[in-house]
Amino acid sequence: MNAFAGGDSPASVDRIAEPWGVRTPYASGAEWPVRTDVQLYPGVTEEEVERWVPAASLLHSNGDAMDIAVRDGRMVGVRGRAVDRVNRGRLGPKDLFGWQAGGSADRLTRPLVREGGRLVECDWEHAMGRLVDRSKRLLEERGPGSIGFYTTGQLFLEEYYTLSVVARAGIGTAHLDGNTRLCTSTAAEALKESFGCDGQPGSYTDVDHADVIALFGHNMAETQPVLWMRVLDRLEGAAPPRLVCVDPRPTPAARRAAVHLAPRAGTNVALLNALLHEIIRTDRVDHDYVRAHTVGYDELAARVEGCTPRWAARICDVPATAIEEAAELLGGAERLLSTVLQGVYQSHQATAAAVQVNNLHLVRGMLGRPGAGVLQMNGQPSAQNTRECGANGDLPGFRNWQNDEHVADLARIWNVTPQTIPHHTPPSHAMQMFRYAEQGTIRMLWITGTNPAVSLPELSRIRSVLRQDRLFTVVQDLFLTETAQLADLVLPAATWGEKTGTLTNADRTVHLCDKAVEPPGEARPDLDIFLDYAARMDFRDKDGGLLVSWKDAESAFEAWKLCSAGRPCDYTGLSYDRLREGSGIQWPCTEEAPDGTERLYTDGITWAHPDLCEEYGKDLVTGASVEPVEYRSLNPDGKAIVKAAEYLPPHEDTTPRFPLQLTTGRTLYHFHTRTKTGRVPRLDAAAPELWAEISATEATARELAEGDLVEVTTPRGAVRARVRVTAIRDGMVFLPFHYGYWDTPEGHRPPDGTAGRAANETTITDWDPVSKQPVFKTAAAQVRLLERGDGTPAPAPTVTASAPAPTPGSGS
Amino acid sequence: MNGVALTLRTLHHGEHTLERQLLNAAERHHAEHEIHHVATDLAHWSHEHGTLLADTAPAYGLDLSGPPDHPVYGLMTSLREKTADMLGRRPEPGLLLLHDLRDLYLAAAGNSLYWEMLAQAAQATKDTRLLELASSCHPQTLRQARWANTMIKNLSPQLLTGS
Repeated sequence: MNAFAGGDSPASVDRIAEPWGVRTPYASGAEWPVRTDVQLYPGVTEEEVERWVPAASLLHSNGDAMDIAVRDGRMVGVRGRAVDRVNRGRLGPKDLFGWQAGGSADRLTRPLVREGGRLVECDWEHAMGRLVDRSKRLLEERGPGSIGFYTTGQLFLEEYYTLSVVARAGIGTAHLDGNTRLCTSTAAEALKESFGCDGQPGSYTDVDHADVIALFGHNMAETQPVLWMRVLDRLEGAAPPRLVCVDPRPTPAARRAAVHLAPRAGTNVALLNALLHEIIRTDRVDHDYVRAHTVGYDELAARVEGCTPRWAARICDVPATAIEEAAELLGGAERLLSTVLQGVYQSHQATAAAVQVNNLHLVRGMLGRPGAGVLQMNGQPSAQNTRECGANGDLPGFRNWQNDEHVADLARIWNVTPQTIPHHTPPSHAMQMFRYAEQGTIRMLWITGTNPAVSLPELSRIRSVLRQDRLFTVVQDLFLTETAQLADLVLPAATWGEKTGTLTNADRTVHLCDKAVEPPGEARPDLDIFLDYAARMDFRDKDGGLLVSWKDAESAFEAWKLCSAGRPCDYTGLSYDRLREGSGIQWPCTEEAPDGTERLYTDGITWAHPDLCEEYGKDLVTGASVEPVEYRSLNPDGKAIVKAAEYLPPHEDTTPRFPLQLTTGRTLYHFHTRTKTGRVPRLDAAAPELWAEISATEATARELAEGDLVEVTTPRGAVRARVRVTAIRDGMVFLPFHYGYWDTPEGHRPPDGTAGRAANETTITDWDPVSKQPVFKTAAAQVRLLERGDGTPAPAPTVTASAPAPTPGSGS
Repeated sequence: MNGVALTLRTLHHGEHTLERQLLNAAERHHAEHEIHHVATDLAHWSHEHGTLLADTAPAYGLDLSGPPDHPVYGLMTSLREKTADMLGRRPEPGLLLLHDLRDLYLAAAGNSLYWEMLAQAAQATKDTRLLELASSCHPQTLRQARWANTMIKNLSPQLLTGS
C-alpha cells in the first residue's frame, strides 16, 4: 500500500509506526511548509480516482481538511488538502485509515424496535410513528420536562441547530445537551468566565510564532497529531520554541519539553496558583494591559500570595525548583501560546484550573497577537458547533439565558414567544439529565451519535438507568453500540462522507463536508431524521408557520447564519459555495471580515459587556451563579475578568485499600468508544485491547511485570488489563477509556461476575460544579495480579505516551 | 459577657450547626452527586470558621472549646448513603432535597448576618483582629448561601413538576 505520497517526503512511511511522519522544519514566523499525505485503497492510484470530495476530519477536533477519493460509488481513500490553513496537506493516522469504518459490514441499515424484549427490524414509517406517538403522549401527560435529548460532538452544525430548534422551541424542554459535556464544556466555561463569552481567543498559526508553548494536560501528539506535527516542525527549525508540559504521563510533548511537571492528579489549581505567584512575585505582569483590559487582578494577587512553589510542591508532589523553572519560562516568554485539554478539563477543579491558564495570559498581556494566544482545546470534531448551536447547555449563538433581551432576540429569529424557550434555569447538563432519568422525571431520552454506556462514568449505574422500563430510549447511530443494545428504538444514521454539512474546529475554522457516497441500506442523515420528526410533530411558530422551515443542509446553514448574525460566532460572510471553492475559514466571518478572523481580542475584550456577554459567571468552587446585577457592578465596561480560585483537595483520595490514583485517557489510534476506529483493521491492530499503565517503582512494589494480567478496582467496579510499565509518575495507574463490549460475547456489559473492559466501570460519578464536566482523572484504585504474563508485552502502543519505560542502563 | 462575645458564641454554634447540616445533606442526598460533593467541600469552610472562632474566643473572655473533630465516617453514615442510593430511583427524595437546601440557605444566611454584626462592631471599636476574621470568613458564608440558592433555582422546576 502506498502509505504516503507527495511533498518532498519519502513515499513510504508507515503512519501507524511513525504517526507524525517526516519533518518539514520551519523557522519562527515563517509559513508552515506543505506536506500532502495520501492514503488510497491498495492497488488504487491517484489517477484512477474519479472524484475528490471536500471534507474535514471527524475523528478529533483539529479540523484537518482533506478530500475523499471516490471510485465506482465507493470511498477508496483520502488526501490531505494542501491549501488549507489548518493542516497544509497533512493527515493523522486516524484520518488516513478511519474512512474505512463507514464501509463496515455491520452498519445499521434498518430501524430497530424493541418487541418482547428483543430489538427487531422495522420500517421508517413504523419507527418514526413510535417516536412521535411517545413524544406526544409524554407532552400531554407529563409535559416537556419529561423529554431529554443527548447529542454529540460528531454531527454537523446544521444538525445541531435543527435539533436545538426542535428541542428548545418545538418540544420546549431545557433538557438538551451533548456528550461535549465530557470533552469541551470546561473549555467553553473557562472562556465564559474569563472573557464573558465562548470563542477561542487564539489560532493554530500562533504555533508559527510562539517562543514558549505551554501544554496543560494536553497530550497534543495523540489528540491532535497534526497540530503536534506543526510543533515538531518548529522544534526542528530555526529559533525553536521551548515547551512547558504539565502531564503525569511521559507524553511525546513531555519528552520534548524544557520543563516537564508531572503533578499528582487533581492538583492543577495548586500548581497554576504557584505559577501565577511566581509571575507576580517576579513582576512579569503587563500592568498596562491589566489596567486597560481586565478587572479582578488585585483579588488574584491576594489569592496567590501564599501559593509559593514550596507550598505547591507539597500538594502536587513536584520539585519546587521545577515550578520555578516553569514560571521562569512562562514569565520570560515574549510570545506565549498555551493549550489546555482533558488533563485539566476532566480533572478535579476543572474550570478553576482552566481559568488560571487564561489568567496567566491576561496578567502577561499575551493575547491577540501572533504567537500570544490561548487555545482552550476541544475533544471532538464538531464540539464547537454543539456549543454555538445551543446543543451543549447554552442558547444558540452564545446567547445568555439570563438576559431577557437575548432570549427575545432568539424568539424573534424563531418567530415564537420568548416564553416558548425555557430560560428560567440554565439548560440542563448531561449528568443532570441522567439523574432525572434515574429519578424517573425524564421518561424519554433521544441519544444521537454517542455511546454513554461506555463513555459516562460509573457504567453499572448508567446501564441501570438506560435499562429502566419506564424510560423510552432512542438511539440514533451507525452501529449497534453498547448503548443501542439497551435502546427501545434504534435509528440507523448516515455518517461522514454519506451526508453534507459543516463543522468547526477548535480554532474556529469552518469546513464543509460534502456527500461522497450513498449511505448503506435505509440509513438516513441525522438532519433528515430531525426534519422528518419536526414535520411529523407539526411544530409551528407563533403565526402558525412551520417552526423548522428548511429542507436540507444548505438551507439549514442559511437559517443558522441568521441566528449567528451579530453574535461572536458570526457566519454571515460564509456560504457553501465559498467553502467549496476554497477551504477552511475562521469565524467570525462577515461582510467586514470576509476572509474570517484569525485571532479574537486583538484590540481589547469585545464580548464581556453586561449587555453582550453569554454568561455572568459562576463561583469557581461552588458553581453558584453570579447574578446579573453583580456582574454589571463588577464589570460595567466589559473587560476580561481575572478570576481567582482556591485549591481544594480532590474528592476521592487514595487510601490503604485503594492506594493508587486512577486516571483515564486516550490513545492516538482510537477515537471515543472505538465505534469507528475499532472497525478499522490497522487502527484496531495498533491498540487492540485494554491495558493499564504503572511506573516501574509501582510494578516492583507489587511484584508485577510488563504483560501481567491485573485487575484494577475502585469502589465502583473493576477492569482486567495487561500491565504496561511506563515512565508515568509513581502512585498512579492509567487506563485508556476507549474499550467497551460491542466486540465481546456479552455485547454491552462485562461477563457476569467478572471484571470488565471499559475503564468507566471504575470512574467516579462527580463533576466540576462550574462546567458540569465529569471527573475522569481523579479517583483511587488498587491493582492486583490475576495471572502472570508469558513475556508478551501488553497490547499497548509503543511510540506514544504508553511507550515502555526505558530500561535501566539504556541511557535514555 | 458583652454583645461581641455573645455574638461570637452564637456564631460559633451556627457554624458548627451548618457544618453538620451540610454533612447530613451530603449523606442523605448521596445519589445527588453534585450536592453530595459540594456540600462536603462547603462543610470544611464552616469547620474552619468554627476553629478560627474558637481561636479568637479567649481574647473575649470566652471558652469555645471547639466543635468535635470532623464527624467520623461510620456505620450510620454508610447506612444513610445506602438508603439514599436505594431511594435514588424515586422522585420523592427530590422534595426532601429542596427542603434541605432551603434549610442550608437559611442557616448560611443566619450566619452571614452574625458575621455582618461582628464586622460592624469591629469597625466601631477599631478591633483589627475581629475585622480580619470577619472579612476572611464572611465571603465564604455568603458563597455557601448562594450555592444553596442556585441549586434551588436550578432544580425546583424539574423536582416540583416532574413525578
